[in-house]
Amino acid sequence: MALPVVSYLKLPEDGDPYIEGHKCSNCGSVFLGERSVCSNCSSRDTMEAVKLNNKGKLYSYSIVFRSFPGIDVPYISAIVDLDGGGTIKGNLIECEPDPEKIEFDMPVEVVFDDALGRKDADGNSYISYFFKPVN
Amino acid sequence: MSDVYVLGVDMIKFGRFPERTVPDLASEAALLALDDAGLSIQDMQALYCGNLGQASAMVGQRVLQEIGQTGIPVVNCANACATGATAFREAWTSIKAGLYDVVLAVGVEQMGKGLLGGGGAGKGIPKEGLLGSGTMPAVFAEAGMEHARKYGTTFEQFAKISVKNHHHSTMNPKAMYRIETPLEEVMNAEMISYPNSKLMCSVNVDGSAAAVLVSEKKAKELGMERAVRVKASVITSDPYQERDLVMPDVNTCTRKAAREAYEMAGIGPEDLDLVELHDCFATAEMLHYENLGLCEDGEAGRMIDEGEVALGGKIPVNVSGGLLSKGHPLGATGIANIYEVCTHLRGEAGERQVEDAKIGLTHVIGLGSACGIHILEKT
Repeated sequence: MALPVVSYLKLPEDGDPYIEGHKCSNCGSVFLGERSVCSNCSSRDTMEAVKLNNKGKLYSYSIVFRSFPGIDVPYISAIVDLDGGGTIKGNLIECEPDPEKIEFDMPVEVVFDDALGRKDADGNSYISYFFKPVN
Repeated sequence: MSDVYVLGVDMIKFGRFPERTVPDLASEAALLALDDAGLSIQDMQALYCGNLGQASAMVGQRVLQEIGQTGIPVVNCANACATGATAFREAWTSIKAGLYDVVLAVGVEQMGKGLLGGGGAGKGIPKEGLLGSGTMPAVFAEAGMEHARKYGTTFEQFAKISVKNHHHSTMNPKAMYRIETPLEEVMNAEMISYPNSKLMCSVNVDGSAAAVLVSEKKAKELGMERAVRVKASVITSDPYQERDLVMPDVNTCTRKAAREAYEMAGIGPEDLDLVELHDCFATAEMLHYENLGLCEDGEAGRMIDEGEVALGGKIPVNVSGGLLSKGHPLGATGIANIYEVCTHLRGEAGERQVEDAKIGLTHVIGLGSACGIHILEKT
């Protein structure tokens, strides 16, 4: 069975994959990954796991033409603000790697797929998340 | 509390020295700075040593093993690209605290070539090119594009920063590269991470820089002619920002440090004659015109368009050639930019001299994040 690429990608047995945030009930800050203390307001034990929206808007990006050996380029490294809170970073796919074709605040959705065929040392495959423009 | 002065300061010409060792590079700068101050390692009461690559390898002690094992306290610092500035500030703090009158700060790095960042796989599989990019050119491109989304900053405006800094470098004999790069050449160079082309990325080099810091009492005793007053020394970490987890924030910590530094120095940005700021990428320099208050928010593009930040302009920025051409040996950078500003305040910068320079500011960012700002004044 495929594993999640990061701890905050959840793959429930009986439902669709989703991104999990941890939200501070005191100040409303949203974090990725489990934690017990809020780094914004320093409250303790105020963190609640929340399911983040799979719709969002492109906040910023770079088109990467040079990366490490073995990594396919070009690709779009994108920062997406999710509707309702939380910001995540990932690859923007199904979009030409051309600044003329990329607009700030363009709506995107979070989609889940195999992690580009990458496997760990034990041969496990992984599920990752990607951003896709919404037409 | 005593004022603190830089009595001696120097750097080696940055370059690639794979055959040398880190302590050897650091020792060369240390001896140059001691000579500049007219002092010996025997006179130093403490050593603050900044290095990143060998942070667990007692670089400061190994420097003393090369140039004089006097038994003084040694503090080894690592703070990403703010490492050198952190070592300098620790030295400053020790004099402010009244512990010492004469101390040495050294910054050094041996780099190798290639992309920085994005390498660590952590658990599972590598994330580079899967969850975006963690390489430094991409991370700073994303920070630049945040400016573009707010103010419509263009690729051409970012590229002009490289044209300017590369031009400045032709007048700096200690820069790694001293080559003019016309705008078309910068824009048509290999694209690394849009909008940062190869000529908009800082150069990985080996280098070292050092400074001798003294108390006011000691400065008066030894002679003030070439002493430079440290008007402000500030380090900040990154205050919480909502996108921190995916987008390291170099703006908020710089704005906080700038505010505190201007307050400590009792001046404003309009009083500065020159600035050496952290141009690890052309996109980064653009952000810091506004972060340091050199212009209003949204005016950075105009500043570069109108040449206000070039030598001869309203507020020259990175007349050394900056990290883009001088090179960026991570642990040395924060002291090398102090050397640059001191050299202007002493009127010894030759062809690139900022006329009648009296007050200058240095700025570095260590991603993760740390910001170091120093304000220096001619005596």
